[in-house]
Amino acid sequence: MENTNLLIFTSIIMGTFARIFMIRIDYRQYPSYPQSFVSHLILGFVAACLGSVVIPAFVSQDYSAVTFLALATSQFKDIRNMERQSLENLEDTELVMRGMAYIEDISKRFEARNYVAFITALFVCGISIVISNFFTLYLQIALSVVGGFCIILFLNKLMKADTIIDIAEVKEATINFKGPLMCVDDVVIMNIGHNVSKEILIEKAVAIMLYPNDVNSVATLANIGQRQAILHNLATQLGIRKDVDEPDFTPLARREPETGNIAIVVLAMNNNIDDMISATKKVPVLESSRRKPKKTS
Amino acid sequence: MPSSDIIVAVITTNKKKILFSGPPVFYAKTREEMEKTALLLSKTTMAMIHDLENECLVIVKH
Repeated sequence: MENTNLLIFTSIIMGTFARIFMIRIDYRQYPSYPQSFVSHLILGFVAACLGSVVIPAFVSQDYSAVTFLALATSQFKDIRNMERQSLENLEDTELVMRGMAYIEDISKRFEARNYVAFITALFVCGISIVISNFFTLYLQIALSVVGGFCIILFLNKLMKADTIIDIAEVKEATINFKGPLMCVDDVVIMNIGHNVSKEILIEKAVAIMLYPNDVNSVATLANIGQRQAILHNLATQLGIRKDVDEPDFTPLARREPETGNIAIVVLAMNNNIDDMISATKKVPVLESSRRKPKKTS
Repeated sequence: MPSSDIIVAVITTNKKKILFSGPPVFYAKTREEMEKTALLLSKTTMAMIHDLENECLVIVKH
């Protein structure tokens, strides 16, 4: 019994570690340190606890433990809802919105990360019980911890989202005006009627063009949510210049219908084109915008 | 995608260009006056100026 407790304890630690490993505090400032950080850590710990007791319960022929799995799924669904609600509430305070697709993507990712904590704990406990007849207790723990690290790395690789660099080529483009129409190369972006705004845009705005790699990428980039996610990330990383009463300087992305290329204009605090290109390349491809028309039989 | 774009006002230097209008129409004598009125209106309503290139500017709230 004591041995089982020790194994469960190891699984909980590994499951919680899996969640810690996946918490990123970077430019997105999400989860915001330290409040969200702590709450996600605790939720990860709860997920690990749930995962670690499933197999020992089965081994002791306590089949009502299946209800634990139902509890886990509903707990993770609540995490997704919590994230969605919190980000939706913040949406009105953003000068460049995340968009519903990006919010949904972030929420799903948070839910999935808790599943990873759960599966890691389940797996670690599973390994140690399976090998319990062949090795000593400490060797069991050591091997299950190694197995736990492997599953964490594997699941992380599995869950790693594609980024824009995987589906499109990003190149610098030029801004020009045809009368009041602001164009990037030949793509019309917006009608700018105020002359001073035009001058500022010509002088300071930077533009890029995304060239999709294939038909799938064309369909993915056509999604409005994906484009909004790119704009939001650019605004976050380059520093947005506009204020609420300056809609002329809102970052915009428009599609060239013939080719599916996406033209993007941003007027940011940092107008370095290289920074803009590298920021764009790192934008994740949203799960909900991914399309694969090529796979149609 | 639902659109909530609204034309807030129209500013013109040529009254003949406007037949009927839901949003208010502001008449200006010169191009400069038209631009200034448009700018003031756009800052007041937090909307955007668009040039129709027919002596009219429209203020649209996107």
